[in-house]
Amino acid sequence: MTFAVSTATRPATSDMVRRLPEYLMIWVPLLLSAAHLIAFSLWTIWISFTPSTLVPVSGWVGLRNYNVVIASRNWQIAFDNLLLFGSAFVLLSLVTGLVLAILLDQRIRGENVLRSIFLYPLAVSFVVTGTVWSWLLNPGLGIQKLVHDLGWISFRFDWLIDRDMAIWTIVIAAIWQSSGFAMALFLAGLRSVDADLIKAAQIDGAGPIRMYRRVILPTLWPITITVIVIQLQFAISTFDLVRALTNGGPGIATQLPALVVYDLMFQRSLLGRGAAAAVLMLLILLAVLLPYAAWRYVQRRRAIHA
Amino acid sequence: MRDRTFAPSRILIYLFVSLIAAAWLAPLAVVVLNSLRTNEEIAQGSMIGWPQHVAWGNYVAAWSGFCVAETCAGIRPYMLNSALVTIPATVFSTLLGAVAGYAVSLWRFRGDSWIYGIVTLGIFLPQQMRLLPWTIVLRDTGLMNTLTGLVVIHTIQGLSFTTLFCRNYYVAIPQELIRAARIDGAGFFRIFWRIILPLSPPILVVTVIWQFTHIWNEFLYGVTFTTGQQQPVTAALIALSAAVADIPQHGVQSAAVMIAALPTLLIYLLGGRYFVRGLTAGAVK
Repeated sequence: MTFAVSTATRPATSDMVRRLPEYLMIWVPLLLSAAHLIAFSLWTIWISFTPSTLVPVSGWVGLRNYNVVIASRNWQIAFDNLLLFGSAFVLLSLVTGLVLAILLDQRIRGENVLRSIFLYPLAVSFVVTGTVWSWLLNPGLGIQKLVHDLGWISFRFDWLIDRDMAIWTIVIAAIWQSSGFAMALFLAGLRSVDADLIKAAQIDGAGPIRMYRRVILPTLWPITITVIVIQLQFAISTFDLVRALTNGGPGIATQLPALVVYDLMFQRSLLGRGAAAAVLMLLILLAVLLPYAAWRYVQRRRAIHA
Repeated sequence: MRDRTFAPSRILIYLFVSLIAAAWLAPLAVVVLNSLRTNEEIAQGSMIGWPQHVAWGNYVAAWSGFCVAETCAGIRPYMLNSALVTIPATVFSTLLGAVAGYAVSLWRFRGDSWIYGIVTLGIFLPQQMRLLPWTIVLRDTGLMNTLTGLVVIHTIQGLSFTTLFCRNYYVAIPQELIRAARIDGAGFFRIFWRIILPLSPPILVVTVIWQFTHIWNEFLYGVTFTTGQQQPVTAALIALSAAVADIPQHGVQSAAVMIAALPTLLIYLLGGRYFVRGLTAGAVK
């Protein structure tokens, strides 16, 4: 079927005018969105190379802001915390999510209710959940106090005020809040495993454990990588949760990059350094996302050629 | 995996799942119970306990009584701020995203895939990269410390998500439908209004729920770009815990936390299915 463009109806300029609302509606929102993303990123990168403090100023200081930020104790602690928090949280939420998905996949009663229970924290603000966890984990108020009141006086669970352990309180809260996400993706993956594959393994006499280890779980690894990347992205930009749970404390023991950025920009008014810290955050994120994008690209090419 | 192994292993599975579910519900239960206990009762024991006398007064105090900084109007003004930011920003970003998604998926124009690719980068770009520019833009346009400023920010930034959601949905609509309508002389808006929009309710529900939840729960922009009476409820909650640090009022605070969490929790209860769809749609782009 071919349709000839009727050349009769083409009075160029009046047509353009007539279609102006359409052009505006298509281009204005898309351009605003795209322009703000590119311009704002470049703007922040530019500020990171200037000596700006209270207000942005022009001038060029090269990498000085970056050097100062990287050499600061605040950033170093934040970066170490990010490595620990990122790996512990991602690994544990992955395991929790997978276990939950496998359990829910056993055709159990009340699956919908259970799924809703594991996912509801995602609908709630991190400020709210962080606040609640700060109460539960506060030794004078929460779990430790409860156990003491019950008579076990020597019980100790005071990570919230322990410099070395405080970061683990954030791990706990983050796992609780977002394991449901991993579960949802894994469950979708488990449900889409080829039924013939399972049949064949059953005929071969594979028991349930063998079935999961040898047949079902290997099909899940693309989902696993997606979950890891998304959870890492969340870990890198974690801000609200820490703000509500520990506010970076005790001292600066639970500092994370996003808190350093905020602190430099809006509490110490060191805009150049704050911008440099933001760019460093972006670089950390890119270190995760670029390999992922490359992997996705290869996967897609392979799918096309297969 | 059925018949014989039924009894013991099944019971074990149910037991295990129920235990985890209880752990997942525990924080919610603690806040609900504490919101019904008096401050004194909590101060005597721990935050974990059953209310001796149900203290509904906490909700009254939390809603309109307690003080943040100098003003004693409870959490109500901040809830109103959050609503005044979240509702318009959700509506605008969803509508604009639907039109944009329709344009890049079905209307097609020169450069569509390029601009779409850039727009979706917004899903990954950390907010921290946009904080300073937004500060400067809001200051220069006089929108600093206004709810309008937050609406503008959330509308523009939300476009990355709404365009992605709608585009991925509209891609499945056959192109022939649009071609036929164009031959009949229907224009961009007519096709959107007559053909696309009637097909859209499922994805619009997903998008609206996603945007509402995210904008309501957002904290960083709220705390950076507004102060005092202009703050959304998430920022106000942090201010509240700081304000009462000397004399804790955990009963009232719990009630405030519950009130702040209620809108998104209710939406989740009513439309959880759609919320989860948004969650996984964003993930497996």
